[in-house]
Amino acid sequence: MTELLQNLIDGLGRGSIYALLALGVAVIFGVMHLLNFAHGELITVSGYASFWALGAGWSWYLTVPLIVAVSVLTSLVIERVAFSRVRGADDFTLLLTSFGVHFVVSAIFLLYVSASVKTFARPAWVTNTYAVGPLRIEVFDTVVIVVTVTTLAATTLLLQRTTFGLSLRAAAADFDTARLMGVRSNSVIRGAFALSGALAGIASVFWLMRSGSTSPTAGIDPMLKGVLAALIGGLGSLRGAVLGGFTLGLAEVILRSRLPDSVASLTEGVVFILIALLFIFRPQGLISVPHAERV
Amino acid sequence: MLEVSGLTTKYGEISALREASLHVGSGEVIGLIGPNGAGKTTLLNTVAGLLAPSGGTIEFDGEDITGHSPERLLRSGLALVPEHRRIFVNLTVEENLRIGGVTVPPSDRPGLLEEMGERFPVLRDKWTTSAGYLSGGEAQQLAIARALMSRPRLLMMDEPSLGLAPLLVDVVFELIDSLRSQGRTLLVVEQNATKMLDLADRAYVLRSGEVVAEGTGTELRDNEDLFDTFVGN
Repeated sequence: MTELLQNLIDGLGRGSIYALLALGVAVIFGVMHLLNFAHGELITVSGYASFWALGAGWSWYLTVPLIVAVSVLTSLVIERVAFSRVRGADDFTLLLTSFGVHFVVSAIFLLYVSASVKTFARPAWVTNTYAVGPLRIEVFDTVVIVVTVTTLAATTLLLQRTTFGLSLRAAAADFDTARLMGVRSNSVIRGAFALSGALAGIASVFWLMRSGSTSPTAGIDPMLKGVLAALIGGLGSLRGAVLGGFTLGLAEVILRSRLPDSVASLTEGVVFILIALLFIFRPQGLISVPHAERV
Repeated sequence: MLEVSGLTTKYGEISALREASLHVGSGEVIGLIGPNGAGKTTLLNTVAGLLAPSGGTIEFDGEDITGHSPERLLRSGLALVPEHRRIFVNLTVEENLRIGGVTVPPSDRPGLLEEMGERFPVLRDKWTTSAGYLSGGEAQQLAIARALMSRPRLLMMDEPSLGLAPLLVDVVFELIDSLRSQGRTLLVVEQNATKMLDLADRAYVLRSGEVVAEGTGTELRDNEDLFDTFVGN
């Protein structure tokens, strides 16, 4: 029982970061029908910004807002430079474009910075733990869970209570009709990329605090987690993306702790097999969304 | 108010609309009738900015609005109630109305919501219900109320009675009549040609993408050959 509770807390910590990444993927998919394989590049770029800022003597307190700002800005620049040019194209073209963005961003850092991994100091408290009864809880996991829950609550308020949120939800359901109601396509798409960038920025903060490093290909792992979590939850569903993130995090932690030592290194492979099984029995993911025409 | 001249719209190589011209004066109720595939919806969608014309011009209040985006046209005062209603089923009734009012100043929105609640009591009873649970007739009223939220100067409706039970068809036509009595300008595509001709000040008959006749309801109805051949009811 204690081990299960421990797994639950660890899984929620890990799943929180995946949930933030998946929500960003789902927001973009909602308005553009784009499965964004370039989403991880927001973490790559934020990682280099952190490396340079911390190397220049910035504290983590200053670096955190920088990471979020860089992520939002990068998201908007990618939309402007790449995705705005293929609006209205078929899904396959959008998919290829997002792969292209991923490779171009990686190549820029590879060519003009270095192929090697750049490391930076992690905050001292990241490895601290505290005891609650028999459980050892990481301070880091606690912060991640609290910040994620707060962020998700703020995102819900934004989507439910503001005109932008209403426009985004309407555009995700039926983009053409939303435009007939006066919703500006540019505003809603750029707003979606800014929101997706902000969510990825918060996830970046935790990802980078945990890893303490970045490299030209640092975005691949978080991108895969975000996209997979969004697919598990049911692509297009914002609630599903969050649910998918937590499910993926919990599955990873529980499998890692329960699998025999000899196969523990295959945890990710087992997770993929479970995801494949899920899609065989429930191809639409955990939450199904009615098909709608998008940009 | 609306002047469409020589409008041509193509889907690939196929012309769905061929050099169509029509005129809508302020305060008029204009019907667009014709058989399926005549180009009626294409004409409305092109005027509303959902389709790009390959020829011709559209003027609204003397301004050339050809090729303008739907969001820009709505701000000019031109609203469309689309075919099949296309209400947002994932939003509540109130949210559907609020999205219809995104272009009006925020201070005016509560008053407009109140006005729609009074005009459409059936909607007020379901304010917080998901729009996906509405019946066909309720959904049509919501689609019209949503378009009215933008305070349009020209309201276009595409097949407002499509798929409705006969009793509800009457409700929709009564609604169109009440909008006319308020002096609203309407351009209505309607499959129910007989009822539309009774209601409209004038009507245009389309066939194979071309405007083949224009006139008052009486004039078009008196032309029996035309009426039977092109309208068929």
